[in-house]
Amino acid sequence: MAADISKLGLKTKWQDLTEGMVIAGAGTSREFLTGEWSSVKPEFIEDKCKQCLLCVPVCPDSCIPVKDGKRAEFDYDHCKGCGICVKACPFGAITMEGVK
Amino acid sequence: MAYNFKETMNKPERLAPGHRMCAGCGGTIAVRNVLRGLHEGDKAVIGNATGCLEVSTFTYPYTSWEDSYIHNAFENAGATMSGVEGAYKALKRKGRLDGTYKFITFGGDGGTYDIGFQSLSGAMERNHDMVYVCYDNGAYMNTGIQRSSATPMYADTTTTPVGSESNGKPQNRKDLAAIIAAHDVPYVAQTTFVQNFKDLHIKSEKAIYTPGAAFLNIMAPCPRGWRYNTPDIIEICKLAVETCYWPLFEVVEGKWILNYEPKNKKPVEDFLKPQGRFKHLFKKENEYLLEEFQKEVDRRWEELLFRCSR
Amino acid sequence: MAKRDRLSGNEAVAIALRQINPDVFPAFPITPSTEIPQYFASFAANGQVDTEFIPVESEHSSMSAAIGASAAGARALTATSSCGLAYMWEELYIAASNRLPLALALVNRALSGPININCDHSDSMGARDSGWIQIYAENNQEAYDNMVQAFRISEHKDVRLPIMICQDGFITSHAVENIELLEDAEVKGFVGEYEPENYLLNPECPMAVGPYSVTDYYMEAKRNQAEGMKHVERVALDVAKEFAELSGREYGLFEAYRLEDADRAVVMIGSAAGTTKDAIDKLREKGEKVGLLKIRLFRPFPADAIAEALKHVKAVAIMDRAESYTNHGGPLGADVMSALFRARSTALAANIVYGLGGRDVRVEDMEQVFADLKTMIEQDDAGDTYRYMGVRE
Repeated sequence: MAADISKLGLKTKWQDLTEGMVIAGAGTSREFLTGEWSSVKPEFIEDKCKQCLLCVPVCPDSCIPVKDGKRAEFDYDHCKGCGICVKACPFGAITMEGVK
Repeated sequence: MAYNFKETMNKPERLAPGHRMCAGCGGTIAVRNVLRGLHEGDKAVIGNATGCLEVSTFTYPYTSWEDSYIHNAFENAGATMSGVEGAYKALKRKGRLDGTYKFITFGGDGGTYDIGFQSLSGAMERNHDMVYVCYDNGAYMNTGIQRSSATPMYADTTTTPVGSESNGKPQNRKDLAAIIAAHDVPYVAQTTFVQNFKDLHIKSEKAIYTPGAAFLNIMAPCPRGWRYNTPDIIEICKLAVETCYWPLFEVVEGKWILNYEPKNKKPVEDFLKPQGRFKHLFKKENEYLLEEFQKEVDRRWEELLFRCSR
Repeated sequence: MAKRDRLSGNEAVAIALRQINPDVFPAFPITPSTEIPQYFASFAANGQVDTEFIPVESEHSSMSAAIGASAAGARALTATSSCGLAYMWEELYIAASNRLPLALALVNRALSGPININCDHSDSMGARDSGWIQIYAENNQEAYDNMVQAFRISEHKDVRLPIMICQDGFITSHAVENIELLEDAEVKGFVGEYEPENYLLNPECPMAVGPYSVTDYYMEAKRNQAEGMKHVERVALDVAKEFAELSGREYGLFEAYRLEDADRAVVMIGSAAGTTKDAIDKLREKGEKVGLLKIRLFRPFPADAIAEALKHVKAVAIMDRAESYTNHGGPLGADVMSALFRARSTALAANIVYGLGGRDVRVEDMEQVFADLKTMIEQDDAGDTYRYMGVRE
């Protein structure tokens, strides 16, 4: 059974930690919001997007979700604003302050 | 099945966001794209040597991995996955497990070229059905940019600092892909983030689905350690390949195959120039160092061409 | 039905492992434990087990692979001695902190340097704080019996900790003795199937193991781990009781030999206890009240039970087959004396370092120890509480 990580906070008593510090389950880091790390973020201009998906593999933070072959809006909860995707877009559909 | 970029991108994400790698990290770009080599529906166990990737992707209680994941220590990712794969074989044989699992281990160049070298060599020689992926950023980045045996010559690192008596790291980098190929494993390949990842995606799938041990060496730039403009990572990778600093090749059942030959081989300074770690090479009085660097790139390139022509 | 056989300690342990038929056994040879994986490899080669035997390139890798296999959901173990154990050091702690119930057949041998292949306990004593359960044997029979009981203790849901089954290099590992083996089916039934709760190859739920733990969690993690150790004494006794029903051979946390009315006692670990028993029998014939407390479970350390068993003695010699360079004795000495102190014992106590690097222990040596204890009582003075026995000086 997957661990409920909401019960594993910084105030959790030793009795309530998972045995061996294992986490049963997957992808729990979604609850850790790295989007707070930067204030500058890329902007997605949907009108210009041709859905080539070339921006998807370059993201270090898995922040360009793809569904049914199409990219969606950025995951701003986790995007750290590195700007790599801006350069990957051949159509100018991604812009970010300071990246040309 | 023929490679299809869009279908590859449409696969479910196997590295969740919320990990704590630096903004613009090449390591997780490598990981996400390698994991796209897995077929949908196949399960995997991911191994990991201690390093940036480990401390950032499984900080208790947050795991970024959608598959089962094991970190043991710095120097033993190869051996640890040997045991996991051994368990899989045993449990299958004893009829206690259904379904297919694949085994993929990630290590930085510290955990792979250096401290984990023996463990990796053992795992490769025993030909466990696993893939070892080195995300090679050419230094011990987790501890603060110390030199490794993957660090290129003349790089300014915190243990080979440039100074009045030093031009950076005095030695050339170790050719690990060739060393692993000499283990006579069925599949070895070297790649990086070029050609819209086609080369990396194809090689990852091959490595994962080739029975026996496979090794992938992926150049994964580190913006902190290399000191380039973070958004330029893909350009940096392209220059590494176009200058023949980081050639794309495979060794399949002992046969060396060159995957890409630039039409016009660029001078290596094009690759070095955007990187702060090589800044000192562009001083007037250090021209000879650039020449030395170019000579080494040329020598290795010629050797690769020779290996691939046989 | 038990079978009698003449076996070396290594062969006896290897047979126990064949009967257990574990899932994964990675190993690297080192004297004097080499025979265990060697025998086992031939069992695998002849189809007597369906274990995945992995001949790795070092002891570091044998423990690393055992950890990987155990985390994956397999019953795993390895074997080693001396420098091989030292090379595993970091991994011992990781196996314990991950709460992996894997086993290690340890054949005790002196640590380098100088290099020496013979018995002392410096290897396992160095690993005493690694979070492993440690159980020691006096003879081949005990080595076999302890191995059969190992996984039942380590895999118990209240414990889930790795276990080290120790025997003395050459003295028991290579010497051949008559022993009684259980039937294969009896061992299989006793040990049972391994049923992990969370594991890497669980198709129902993936698992992540080996996290980075920030300061906010680390101390709680260690306390949580310590809780597993707290259940070991009870579980080891329960398992021993069940084993006794099966085999007729009884085990406790330690063995008290003619200790009940003794005024002088020796506390020790391993094969030299046999020699000490001979000395005790001789002295008892002369009417001397002497006895032995032979440690079986050293980690966790059953301090309260040991202090209770020694509460009536006037003088005790604690024998350490390892140095720890504290200038006041070895590891067993420290633990026993602290147990006595906490129990407000007034016994006179000396700690004697002996048998290093295979140095022989004779019956006369142990008679002398009891004679020295007598002097201590007569003079009401423990004298030098840190001594060497059997060293030229």
